[in-house]
Amino acid sequence: MAYSDKVLDHYKNPRNVGSLAKDDPNVGTGLVGAPECGDVMKLQMRVNPQTQVIEDAKFKTFGCGSAIASSSLATEWVKGKTVDEALKIKNTEIVKELNLPPVKIHCSVLAEDAIKAAIADYRKKRGAGQPTAVGEPAQASAD
Amino acid sequence: MALKLPIYMDNHATTPVDPRVVEAMLPYFTSRFGNAASRNHTFGWEAEQAVENAREQVARLINATPKEIIFTSGATESDNLAIKGVAEMYREKGNHIITMVIEHKAVLDTCKRLEKYGCQVTYLPVTKDGLIDLDDLRRAITPKTILITLMYANNEIGVLQPIEEIGKIAKEHGVIFHTDATQAVGKIPFDVQKFNVDLASLSAHKMYGPKGVGALYVRRKNPRVQLAPIIDGGGHERGMRSGTLNVPSIVGFGAACEIAQKEMATEMERLGKLRERLKGSIFKRLDEVYVNGSLEHRLPNNLNISFAYVEGESLLMGINDVAVSSGSACTSATLEPSYVLKALGVGEDLAHTSIRFGLGRFNTEEEVDYVVDRVVETVSRLRELSPLYEMAKEGVDLKQMQWKAD
Repeated sequence: MAYSDKVLDHYKNPRNVGSLAKDDPNVGTGLVGAPECGDVMKLQMRVNPQTQVIEDAKFKTFGCGSAIASSSLATEWVKGKTVDEALKIKNTEIVKELNLPPVKIHCSVLAEDAIKAAIADYRKKRGAGQPTAVGEPAQASAD
Repeated sequence: MALKLPIYMDNHATTPVDPRVVEAMLPYFTSRFGNAASRNHTFGWEAEQAVENAREQVARLINATPKEIIFTSGATESDNLAIKGVAEMYREKGNHIITMVIEHKAVLDTCKRLEKYGCQVTYLPVTKDGLIDLDDLRRAITPKTILITLMYANNEIGVLQPIEEIGKIAKEHGVIFHTDATQAVGKIPFDVQKFNVDLASLSAHKMYGPKGVGALYVRRKNPRVQLAPIIDGGGHERGMRSGTLNVPSIVGFGAACEIAQKEMATEMERLGKLRERLKGSIFKRLDEVYVNGSLEHRLPNNLNISFAYVEGESLLMGINDVAVSSGSACTSATLEPSYVLKALGVGEDLAHTSIRFGLGRFNTEEEVDYVVDRVVETVSRLRELSPLYEMAKEGVDLKQMQWKAD
């Protein structure tokens, strides 16, 4: 299978790799996917509670090149957006930007889920007063 | 000397044709192009002579007689002919076939089709080493059993079934024994007499011969095995496989067999050492790597390793100047991880991280060292990127996590 130049670029030079302190009340963490399915994404964001702007974002991904590229792109896109703006990011935009083939669309879905899960986590931490994310985030939790 | 890139280390998929084989084939495309079935001119006689010579070369490699070699288009056809041919020919005697879960799809899908037509098939399980339990085999045999079909060397993990014991059991029970020996023939000794094999599938392109040609060994004595053909026509190949013979490729197949026979002992030793070098260096430099399947009962040129926390396709992407394969779902047409690894009890999480290395005649020590460097560097980089590796290092038990995936 041939990869698009953009996927290759994100794979070779992933943006914003790393972790943020998950106990920081301003950090939201989204962990989606499952090892058995071959992809797990962890996306974290630090939100300014006054402005609701996402000031930093980090990711780590276990998965194919397209999954790595999708999550790398997602961190780039959420940075500088407000939480509400970030919630509007659609997987189809990721597909378009990275030229993902049909078999890789699930990677983009997972990236969208990761954004939503991270925001839901942030809002949960900040108190129940905030509206929750649209749709059910597929967040993994250690029970 | 500078390395030539990319490096090919996927010799279970196919092998390059040995230049000596190409040399032997060339005249049969041009000056000696005759149809081996033309009985009344020199063109035909020359072609027929070449085919008979190749038949002897193939037979000699597996300790058979030339009349027991039926040329086909490859091992998939040979598997089909053996299994369907026995099922039809012996249907009065019974309808039960025994095989195992890690066979090649050419065997499994053939068996599945026969189930639709009333055959009963037993799929033996394997241990985590990839071996069947011989007692399972004994227990599976019934008076209705007409065929045992068990491969010799597995194409993904290179594990060797106890073929001699299987042959003995089959003979004791008077059941025909077919083996898909595609990955083994030409690489390690394979003797149809010693192993009591009645039918064996062979392929040229896995042993430095051309693609599109293979053979089925069909025993003629003790017992004489009969097959119903699946391709009807001009009655070539003793009526078992009609169709004009692919003379240049058959000549190449024969030449490949002769070379393999002469060089097998030294090549086995050399490849075994290269494999140990590959495995030893990877294990020395990386933690949490696992060999899939038995190392003891294994082809000398195969290594199948899971690199925990690193998904296989992303690893292949990182070592893009090295040709190997992965058991990851992302690299398969079905989007399912390897059924062979699953059958061994390898968790799906680890199956996604597996890489198959297939060493071959033309690989060198320098290439192995280069591949090790690339693999170690890429695995290390991808683990830095892997949330699973991070969690594992933090002491999170990934097996106890409740993953909520769509």
